[in-house]
This record gives sequence, C-alpha cells and structure tokens, in this order.
Amino acid sequence: MTFLPKPKLHHPGLAANTLGFTRRDYEGTISTLCAGCGHDSISAAIVHACFELDLPPHRIAKLSGIGCSSKTPTYFLGNSHGFNSVHGRMPSVLTGANLANRELIYLGVSGDGDSASIGLGQFAHAMRRGVNMVYIVENNGVYGLTKGQFSATSDKGAKSKRGVVNNDEAIDLVSMAMQLGAGFVARSFSGDKGQLVPLIQAALTHQGAAFIDCISPCVAFNNHVGSTKSFDYVREHNEAVNYLDFITEREEITVDYAPGSVEVVKQHDGSLLRLRKIAGDYDVHDRAAAISFLQHRRASGEIVTGLLYVDQEPDDLHGYMNTVSTPFNELVEADLCPGSAALDKLNAALR
Amino acid sequence: MLLLPTDIRNPDYFHKVVDCQWACPAHTPVPEYIRLIAAGRYADAYMVNWESNVFPGILGRTCDRPCEPACRRGRVEEEPVAICRLKRVAADYKGDISARLPTPATARNGKRIALVGAGPASLTVARDLAPLGYEVVVFDGESRGGGMIRSQIPKFRLPEQVIDEEVGYVLDLGVETRFDTRIDSLKGLLDEGFDAVFAGSGAPRGRDLVLPGRQEAAGNIHIGIDWLSSVSFGHITAIGKRVIVLGGGNTAMDCCRSARRLGGTEVTVVVRSGFEEMKASPWEKVDAMHEDIPILNFLVPKEFTHEDGRLTGVLFEKVRAEIDEKGRRKLMNAGEPDVHMPCDDVLVAVGQENAFPWIERDIGLEFDRWDMPVVDQVTFRSTHPKVFFGGDAAFGPKNIIWAVAHGHQAAISIDLACRGEELQNRPPPHVWLSSQKMGIHEWSYDNDVSNDLRFAVPHQDKAIALADIKAEVELGFDLKQAFAEAQRCLNCDVETVFSDAACIECDACVDICPVDCITFTENGPEAELRTRLNAPAVNLTQDLYVSGPLKTARVMVKDEDVCLHCGLCAERCPTGAWDMQRFLLDVAQAGSACSKH
Repeated sequence: MTFLPKPKLHHPGLAANTLGFTRRDYEGTISTLCAGCGHDSISAAIVHACFELDLPPHRIAKLSGIGCSSKTPTYFLGNSHGFNSVHGRMPSVLTGANLANRELIYLGVSGDGDSASIGLGQFAHAMRRGVNMVYIVENNGVYGLTKGQFSATSDKGAKSKRGVVNNDEAIDLVSMAMQLGAGFVARSFSGDKGQLVPLIQAALTHQGAAFIDCISPCVAFNNHVGSTKSFDYVREHNEAVNYLDFITEREEITVDYAPGSVEVVKQHDGSLLRLRKIAGDYDVHDRAAAISFLQHRRASGEIVTGLLYVDQEPDDLHGYMNTVSTPFNELVEADLCPGSAALDKLNAALR
Repeated sequence: MLLLPTDIRNPDYFHKVVDCQWACPAHTPVPEYIRLIAAGRYADAYMVNWESNVFPGILGRTCDRPCEPACRRGRVEEEPVAICRLKRVAADYKGDISARLPTPATARNGKRIALVGAGPASLTVARDLAPLGYEVVVFDGESRGGGMIRSQIPKFRLPEQVIDEEVGYVLDLGVETRFDTRIDSLKGLLDEGFDAVFAGSGAPRGRDLVLPGRQEAAGNIHIGIDWLSSVSFGHITAIGKRVIVLGGGNTAMDCCRSARRLGGTEVTVVVRSGFEEMKASPWEKVDAMHEDIPILNFLVPKEFTHEDGRLTGVLFEKVRAEIDEKGRRKLMNAGEPDVHMPCDDVLVAVGQENAFPWIERDIGLEFDRWDMPVVDQVTFRSTHPKVFFGGDAAFGPKNIIWAVAHGHQAAISIDLACRGEELQNRPPPHVWLSSQKMGIHEWSYDNDVSNDLRFAVPHQDKAIALADIKAEVELGFDLKQAFAEAQRCLNCDVETVFSDAACIECDACVDICPVDCITFTENGPEAELRTRLNAPAVNLTQDLYVSGPLKTARVMVKDEDVCLHCGLCAERCPTGAWDMQRFLLDVAQAGSACSKH
C-alpha cells in the first residue's frame, strides 16, 4: 500500500497507440490494495488490453459491486465512466446502463463474494440474458476485506490461513456461465499476463456476455500451503488448454504453425482470435463437451485455463429484444411520441 | 550464454548506477549532498563536497560538470539536475565551517614533500597529506595560491573571495608556502632532500597562431591565457572597441566576455569548424551569446592585416566540413571569396600546451615523443621514483575536477611511497549499503519524484554585469529554488536490491514500475534478452540487474537505465524481496585506511 501517486515520468521509449494515448493514459489512481494483490495485476492487464485495442477511454464504462475486486476500477481507466454499485448488484445496474446506451463498451468487475454469494442470482441472469459486457470475476476464494473467511468459490478441502478446512462445495462460475448461455467463457490467472491480456481483448470485442474467471491470489489471506488459490498451487496445477493471440483486422498472420495446432476464430467485429492449442483435442465451440472436460479435470485437482468456450454466432440482449440501433438515451420526443394523428389512427383502428 | 546473477557485492555495480558519481573524476557522492541541501543541512553538504573535491565553492561556479550529461534525470525528461549550481548552494549557505576542518598535524612524520605550483592539483595533495603529518612545501611563481583558478578564470565567473577562502582552508592546514618563487630546476629541488616532489605546474603556455602579419601586428595580438592572466592581476584594464577572438574553447569564451567588459563593444568569436563542434561547454556559449557576442563558424584565419604597424583586421578563408572516404571529417575550401573582418585587437585562444623547461632531461625522468613526462595513469608517478605529476601537467589540459582527482591519487601514491609500500596496492573504497525502510510505505529518503523542470540560475542584470569586470554574473539559487531543484534529484544512490529467495513472482513490481524497467522472463544471452524486456534495454552503457533462477525457473531482469529509484517496487512487494538500500561510496584518500570511518 502506498500513499504516493505513481510518478508521471515514464520510459522515454513508451509507445503510443493509434489514438495517440500511451499505456499510462489508461491507468487510474494508485491502488490501495495490499502489496502484491493479484487484483492489481488484473488491473494492469485491463490497462494493457484497452491500450492495445486502441479503445477511446471515454467509450468504456466500468461497473462494480462491493469488495476488494470492486475497488479496482478506481485503479485503471481513470478517464472512463465508472459506477460503484451496491453489493452483488453490478449486473443489474450494468444491464440498465447497457439498455440505455448500447454504444458504450461495458466492463463489469466483480469478485467471488460479489458474484458467487450475494450476487449469484444477478450473475446468473446477466449471463442468460446475454448482456453485451465483459464480466470479470477476480477470484481469490476468500473474503479478504473481512480477514480471510472462505468464500463460495473456495475449494472443498482447502485450508484457511488459520488451518480451518473448508467443508462446503465450491461454486464453479465457469461451468455456470456455460450452462447459462454465455457466449464467451474463459479462465485465467493473474500471474500469467501472457494468457490474460489477449483473453481480455477477445472478451472486449465479443458480442454478448463474455465471462472471465480470473484466479487472483490474496497475498494477505490465501497464499499459504493448503490454499488452492495461492501462486504456488495455481502454477503447479494450471492446465492451459490453449493460448490466444488477439489479432486486429489490420494485422496479418505471418507465422506458420504445425497443422492442427492453431485455430483461427473470426469475431463479429472482424478481429481474429488465433488459438495456439495445447490440449490438442479440446474444442472451444462444443459447450457440452467443455462442461464435461471441466468437471473431469476439476475432479483430478487441475485448474483448466484458457479460452474455454466461444459462440461462433453470438448475439446479445439488444438482438434478442430487437431494439432499435439508436441508443435509447439518444431517442428524442419526436422519435418516442408519434403525435396525435398517429394516436387518432390507432384509436380508429380499435373502434 | 545465459546471464549470471548480478554480483552486487562488487562496489562498481551500484557505483555505476549512481551515474553522476561514476562520471565525476573525484567520485563525489552527489545524491548524498543534494539530499543534505534539501534537508537544509548546507554545512553538511559542503563538507561531503569538501572531503571529496576540496573546492566546492570554486567548482560550484566553474566545474566542467561531467556529472550533468551523465545524470539519469536527463534520460527521463529534458534536462539533468543542476548538480553544479547546487554545489554552489552548499558553499553559499554553509555558514562558518572552520570548526569542522582538520587541524594542522600536531606531530610531524619527518617526511618532506615539495609541490610545484599552487593550483588545484597541488593544493589537493597538500590537503590530503598535511593533516597526516607530512611537511608540505608549496612553490609558486605568483604571490598567492590558486594557480590557473586565480590567474585565468575571470572574476565575473569566480569572485576572488571564494578563491581566497577555499585556498586558505588548505594552506591553513600547516602548509609551508614559498610564493614568488619560480622553480627553475627539478634537480635543485630534489637536492634539497625532499622525499617526494609533486609537479602540479599546469599547462602554462598558450598556443600561438603563426600567420602572415603576426609579427608586424604583434602589439594588438594577444595570447588568450596570458591576456586573461594580465586582466586578472590588473595589468590590463582596456582593449580596443572591435575585438576578434580566435578559438572555440572555454578560454575563448572567457576572453570574449572579458573583452566585452574592458571596452570591447563589437566582440566576435570566430571558429574554424562548426558551432556544434566547439569545445566550449554549451552553457558558456549561451552566456557569451547572451552578452551580444556573435559566434561565427567555418572560418579559417589566413592572415593578420596591418597598416603602419597597426592591426587592421583578420582575413578568413570560408570552409565547409566534408567526410572523406575514410570517414574522417575534413574542412574544405567552400569555394567562396575570403572574408576580411576589421578589428582593433585579436585574442588567440586556440589551445594550451605543457612546458617543462625546469625539468632537466638527465635526472632519470623520461619524456615521451610529444615531450610529455611518462606518467603512470594509476599512481601518477613518473619514471623518477620521487617525482609525481598531476593536473594539466600530467596528461595535458583538462579541468579543475580532474586536477583534484589526480591530486588525491598522487597523494595516496606519495603516502605509500614514503611508507615504503607498493604503489599498486591502492586502498579500496569505503562502501556502505543500508536499508532505508522505515515502515510499509515510509523510507528515510523522499521517494516522491518531483515533476519540476530544471530551474534556471538567476543572472545579474546585463548592463550591471558588463559595466564591472568583477561583478559576478550568476547570482546562485536562493533557498527556495535550491530546495525545488534538489528535489529533482532521483536519489540514484538509493538502490533497488532484490532477494531471489523472497520473491513469489506476483508481478506487483512489474505492474507499478512507472518506467517499465522490471521484467520476469526466461534467461538468455544479454544481447537477446535486452530485446524482449517489457521496455527494450537499448542503452548499452547501462547494466542489467539479473537475479538467480526463481521458482518458475524464470529470472528477474531490471534495466538500470531509467529507474526513477522511487521505491514503488519495494512498496508494492508483499514479501520484501525488493528493498531500497542507500549505497554510499567514498573513494579512498591518502591515509584513509587508518581514518575513523
């Protein structure tokens, strides 16, 4: 924890993106989380992803609930819209915002308490409705702000810092998101930005509900021997099914890969996801097989990471409801009120 | 080949990170005294300087500042810290420090040392040796000490009382002075039974420009350093209205600005090569031009024109620079007509030379083919076991801070020689490395990096400055400016020290680093590794700090190049794998092996 703002001075070779912004322009204020918190790495990954995607900061809205994770939007995208909502209620506030203005890019940041306990219902309905958003859960398996009780994503058999064993079954948000119809589902690890940054980029450009479960070790309360969310445990049990390269339309694919080792997925906006497969037979388009694979690997104690499922033809809430393409907040009285002549006509038709 | 873990126990490793101190010939611990200035401890800051460079007040006005181009701040923003002018602040506001100075030795050790010349090199030897009990005798042809500091540097850059004060601090250490005594025989001096002789006699001869008309117009053509010396001692008080200064070094700048104050209303500097190639320090050129002195370039003097024994002007050939097939830069005739510039006086400042007419060539002291004494680069001993050289006399004209550095080393050698020890056994530096951690985000140094740009030193009003050759032009920082400028220092001597065993590879330091200098990656050969860091390490003069293998078999690599030493990596580190430790290195001086440190 530091009180000092990050110095404005930067590396002389710091690059700018096509908008003329440097990566530093996507940062927020200095983090007040504990030193070494995984959440800060996720914030840094979001900063990287938005910078590399050339996203105009004022076209992004970041929303969160309550908790360590939900504090983090202050620490990135300091020039974007932000809403720190009620505990567990980020999804409904975000859904409302998305309905009012479909043109912003929505980034929901939540934690395992905010989404798997108090906000579980909210999480479920945002997924099944296909709200066009990125939903990131910064998952540390512990209630850090209240000093380390098990959270609902804590694995059965995991030990707390004080030696207590967790007897409750863990909620697997990734499996739930898949069952509930999310169009993009991934899991990653705060300690592996090489995997996380392209996943966030892919999720930001995905049409519909994109869910990322990001394991984020709590250095204060959940980074000990016996924890299943510590840096060491996650590194030992991380089973990445693939690594992703995010390629914008402008870029060309020039590297040759062995046949069958690479799959290119074209997204709605024209960007390409190049999947470098590690588990050769894993199919990111087969929802049922993915759920089954996850259950099996979980039973053997492995943590599956990577892009786990992506819908080839995604749609979102606005598509399902067939709304107009103009954002609702831009509709004026003339658009919304057809006038007395139209009313008379309607009334006449009902007589 | 993989990089081996960095050995931070080697004093050179962190010393190189303190760019200013590494660049300083005397290795003055710059950030240390700048912090003391920021803390308002001016006398302490002065003493840190005095111990290292002997003439803080003089150097704070006249140093060639090799530290400033090296300053890390200059690599992360526009300009380096005004190190030199902060040194002057320490001197200006120190108050009375006489009680802190060493006292003359109470007992003599029976060894007698002769110093030839009372310039900065000799005075440094005297300062180092006199307190140890040596009987030190300084000879100089002038009536007061200081050498070229007093004779050649104009008083509007360096007031007389500053010279008197700091030369006095040395002479008051029980040094015997024999002024108005020019040494004309080294053999004679050795015959007086001195245990060692130190030649700090400088490079006293100004180079002449032998061109047609030189003899005929001799009355109005002056050798720069001789003229400056005559001005300095009050023998010359006027010059013609139109003056041409030939040469582009700092002596030329002193000449033109002095001429401006002695009646020269149209003073022009003319250089053979380009403006950029001039040897003068950039700030001295700026100061000259500010005093309405144009600097004309690519003009080679051909002839002094004269009439009835009086100089009428200088004829120049116009040239341009070309790179020949061997890549050498050459000046070629520009194919334009020659230029004649009328003038009343010419000052020739085209270089200085050594001259040793007082050294006999048959006493076992070898000279090389350029007629320079053969002097050991480390020990400063000549081929005569009792004769040592330093300052401009050793390796040709340099500047004061080099003379001081030479003096310290020569003093060590003389001390070793007098004690019958091997001269190659140089005493190692004193090094301290200590954690600055006071709390989770508290350090015993101010790690809040200032965003201020370099502050300009206030100058005397031009009309007042030009009217009086003794009116100092630079007024020095006031205390408020001094504090703000001191805060620009990045504290490069507070080092980031990494402990492999404590690191859990959480990336917190990588994420917080404002200059992207930390990377966790697979090890590799240095040249290749430098290309794949978070920010490519393109400055090859700056080292990479590499850890041993970590748990994931990766290594931590830190590019020292633009580290702000803000300590945020250490603040964000959950395990204390990063620590901020103050690195203090004092170069050994004569007798320091038995000092109280």
